[in-house]
Amino acid sequence: MEYFPFIVVAWILAVGLYGIVTSRHLVHQIICLIVVQSSTYVLLLGVGYVTGAVAPYYYDITVHTPAVDPVVQALTLTDVVVEAAVTALLCSFAIQAHKRFGTLDPQALVSLKG
Amino acid sequence: MTPSQRRWIFLIAAAGLLAFFVWGLLDLPGFGRYPGPYGFIINRIALRQTLATGTVSAVNFDYRGFDTLGEEFILFTAAIGVSTVLRRLRGEREQQSAADEAADRDVPPTSSAVRMAALLFTGPLVVLGWWLTSHAQANPSGGFQGGVVLASALIMVYLAGEFLVFKRFSPVDVTDAVEAVGAGGFAAIGVAAVGMGLAFLTNYLSKGQYAGAVSSSGTIALISFFVGLEVAAAFILIVIELLEQTLLIRGGE
Repeated sequence: MEYFPFIVVAWILAVGLYGIVTSRHLVHQIICLIVVQSSTYVLLLGVGYVTGAVAPYYYDITVHTPAVDPVVQALTLTDVVVEAAVTALLCSFAIQAHKRFGTLDPQALVSLKG
Repeated sequence: MTPSQRRWIFLIAAAGLLAFFVWGLLDLPGFGRYPGPYGFIINRIALRQTLATGTVSAVNFDYRGFDTLGEEFILFTAAIGVSTVLRRLRGEREQQSAADEAADRDVPPTSSAVRMAALLFTGPLVVLGWWLTSHAQANPSGGFQGGVVLASALIMVYLAGEFLVFKRFSPVDVTDAVEAVGAGGFAAIGVAAVGMGLAFLTNYLSKGQYAGAVSSSGTIALISFFVGLEVAAAFILIVIELLEQTLLIRGGE
């Protein structure tokens, strides 16, 4: 049980990478990249978790209440925003690739332009 | 390279990655045993130092504000990248009216139920986005979350009306200007601290009197506001660009 979240991380990472490698569609490939990145959320939150602790918000609890690490939570927030930005950029690349080559199959794109 | 060759190369590389992952895992403290002390120290002092009850926002906009500045500029750059990549190419023309012209698709008009629902949601979304943007110091909210909700409020306008109405509500020059103010405001707050002889992004404003109040936490609340502007404008800009691609820009004949 101690390492279960990290096994989940490895699984999400592996599934996403496998999808990227075998993908036949650029949009599918972008979604696989999102899956890969999601593994980092689980990893970050898993690393900072403290058994039995609450969220680090001291609105109605005292400062001495045990709380989880706020730094990894802030990092996860950063991660989500960066992921959204990267996804938007990659989608626009996919649109232009389709316009230029008439296909969204990454393996066909490779043979079109080396 | 055939697909099965690709798969084999991937499986070999994945085995190596797995070995490194397990190796890295061995020295990690187990789940639920975060050793500290960084996070615990911040949990203990953030409330006293900044009067922000939301420690995650205090980390984002104060203790590690410099990292967040970089993050905000990633979003800024991505929005610029999207509008650069999706510019009108040679041989493409822009239509005067928005229409979906995919050859083999018959697009039904938006139903009035969708229009009504979108209209009803616009107001509450603006309020919710504004509330999230202005309460970073109190609870799990902040500029990033609020900005995205504010952007979705304007996307509701697109759903309720049509693309050109949406574009009139959020013209590209205004959105560009708001985005620049948001990104620049964050940096300006940091530079102002340097002008006062303090370290970059020092929290120099009054922390207020009541923990978790909107007026508390000094620059945390202000930075969250600017981040909200930046995020909302960036997402609206990205959506406008993507919609223009589908609705307005056509290949030349």
